[in-house]
Amino acid sequence: MIRRKKTTFPGTERFADAPLDGPLLEVDEVKTQFKTERGLVHAVDGVSFTLERGKTIGIVGESGCGKSVLSRSIMGLLPTNVVRHGSIKFEGHEIGHAKAAEMRPFWGTQMAMVFQDPMTSLNPVMRIGSQITESLRVHFDVTKEYADETAVALLVSVGIPEAERRMQEYPHQLSGGMRQRVMLAIALACGPKLLFADEPTTALDVTVQAQILDLLQQQQRERFMAMVLVTHDLGVVAGRTDDIAVMYAGRVVERAPTRSLFEHTRHPYTEALLKSIPKLAMPSHARLDAIAGRPPDLVKPPSGCKFAARCPYAQPKCLTDEPPLDDPDQPGHSYRCFFPVGSQAGRDALTRNLAAGETATGLPVRKEGEAVLTGVTG
Amino acid sequence: MAGTGTAHLRPPEETLLRVENLVVEFRAGRSGLKVHAVSNISLDVKQGETLGLVGESGCGKSTTGKAIMQLPPPTSGRVLFDGHDMTKLAGEELRSTRTAMKMIFQDPISSLNPRRKVEDIIAEGLRIWKTTSKEDEQKKIDEMMLAVGLDPALQRGRRPFQFSGGQCQRISIARAVVTDPKLIICDEPVSALDVSVQAQILNLLEDMKERYGLTLIFIAHDLAVVKNVSDRIVVMYLGKICEVGSPDVIYQHPAHPYTRVLLDAIPIPDPSVRPETRAKVVGEIPSPVAPPSGCRFRTRCPKAQPKCADEEPVIEEVQPGQFVACHFPLAPGETLPTRNGSGPLNV
Repeated sequence: MIRRKKTTFPGTERFADAPLDGPLLEVDEVKTQFKTERGLVHAVDGVSFTLERGKTIGIVGESGCGKSVLSRSIMGLLPTNVVRHGSIKFEGHEIGHAKAAEMRPFWGTQMAMVFQDPMTSLNPVMRIGSQITESLRVHFDVTKEYADETAVALLVSVGIPEAERRMQEYPHQLSGGMRQRVMLAIALACGPKLLFADEPTTALDVTVQAQILDLLQQQQRERFMAMVLVTHDLGVVAGRTDDIAVMYAGRVVERAPTRSLFEHTRHPYTEALLKSIPKLAMPSHARLDAIAGRPPDLVKPPSGCKFAARCPYAQPKCLTDEPPLDDPDQPGHSYRCFFPVGSQAGRDALTRNLAAGETATGLPVRKEGEAVLTGVTG
Repeated sequence: MAGTGTAHLRPPEETLLRVENLVVEFRAGRSGLKVHAVSNISLDVKQGETLGLVGESGCGKSTTGKAIMQLPPPTSGRVLFDGHDMTKLAGEELRSTRTAMKMIFQDPISSLNPRRKVEDIIAEGLRIWKTTSKEDEQKKIDEMMLAVGLDPALQRGRRPFQFSGGQCQRISIARAVVTDPKLIICDEPVSALDVSVQAQILNLLEDMKERYGLTLIFIAHDLAVVKNVSDRIVVMYLGKICEVGSPDVIYQHPAHPYTRVLLDAIPIPDPSVRPETRAKVVGEIPSPVAPPSGCRFRTRCPKAQPKCADEEPVIEEVQPGQFVACHFPLAPGETLPTRNGSGPLNV
């Protein structure tokens, strides 16, 4: 006989009819806008992508490009001053406009999230063990002993030594890397099919970052779990994701399989992001190709291409028409640009701008598309 | 990793700053225990040089920077700056000598007073030392703002909250440079910034260094960033020096296992470099309250031997210009075990 507590939420049986094939997540023209005193902030502005089971996608962009808001929109973790458009389908269930109460059965068992700052995301006055068993006890009809055993096994699997002792400890007794491992154990507790990792290593040291990224990848593979890895660092996603979507001003500007994105970069923004990273192989004192200026104001986004004001390839057309997200040269590699990097149109656009000394938006340019920094504030 | 020793120091007459046997310890609460933040390190900086201090959190790199500024003064050791032993100075003498050193901090927004105008923030040092007349002061502010890429006519009356993080860091740089310092200590100046803005600030620091003949100590945890700006790199671990050398030599032939591990932990934006083929890092940095005996890196080092627990390695020159504190330094081309488990060495 199954005894059920009053507070028990439906667990996996709620999804007994879930299809075993078809994409796990379909995001279609999602728009998330925030109502503020200054007007509507277009934080996510028409993003579409599909994620298959067991696959990983990296979402990359600068602060304020909407990458975190996108993952929170899919999870349904948004504040009340929000306007939502578009469709989000998880295993065929429409969750694009679901309320928190409707999302609750999904959280933990179907999709889970690892946040950036493990200290503020963990409850400081709750023991590690209780924080891991909490979701197990809520979602599944299990005894406390069983939940505790599961939690210890989870802590071992995320590489925490002396797991049984750690169960009794509080977050402040752990280092940053250990806390992030605990966060991951909590997220994995109910066996989600989809894991969001929102800047999971930004607050960590570089050696610990490598360990946590390795661990995420190992767990993702072992559990055949789909993963959305959100980061500002193209280096983090380079060796670890199947696909990458580069976001700028609330939109996806380039989306491609990881290798193709790096080898045949099309969008000038992706190229600029790659160039601005200091690389170990460069000689010291090499001048970095910084991206001039700042991202646009998302209350009044510019017409035309959102990146035009900072783009060394910009032409008059870029100021009036917005390029569509399309994959003309290679199926699966889509981008939003009229004058893509590596194409004849792109080379011609750059040659014209270099000859004029500036782009159609008045951005000064010199050799190799490098924007002149002087007088431009970041 | 222990890094005691002074083999890497250059003749005192060639250097602007020379730190000898610096020790900084803090009391840990009332327990009577001590935090060994910096344990007997020595370093020097030549005029016009950029010295990069690199290591993980808790390795003592920021404490070293602050101890050079005497904020607070070190527990023991000497800090020779421009002919003065800073640790022997006090009161007014220390204040006036220290004007020639400036700091730039990690968080650009909280290191500026939110209630003051940009022009007042930049001019404060000039006003305190009364080195310039009122008219020259205005000219100097304009010159500084232009030099760091801000528009004086438009922005001098604004306050820090009206600027982005990158712009605030530009204001911090202007504030540091305006009094013509000889040495600027940059404590993680780009860690809080986006990668695109980080490149702007790194370029700006290089420009300012050239234009005003500055000497920099650049503290950061990202070896790729440090390599980009430095003439000489000091790799630190748990209060000790591991390795000292020129950035290109350290990158091509790291001699200390920790340097190798640090290099291989940096994410590389190239999908053909598989993470699992790079050197493995085990564990986390131990507590500085009870640091390991002998070489402090031995608890995480794939090459550790019994000798490493018994005896602290001393800094030695492995090849001209490259110094390392390790009993078993890596030979050129030697590899460490990789993350997928295979490798020539036992962990």
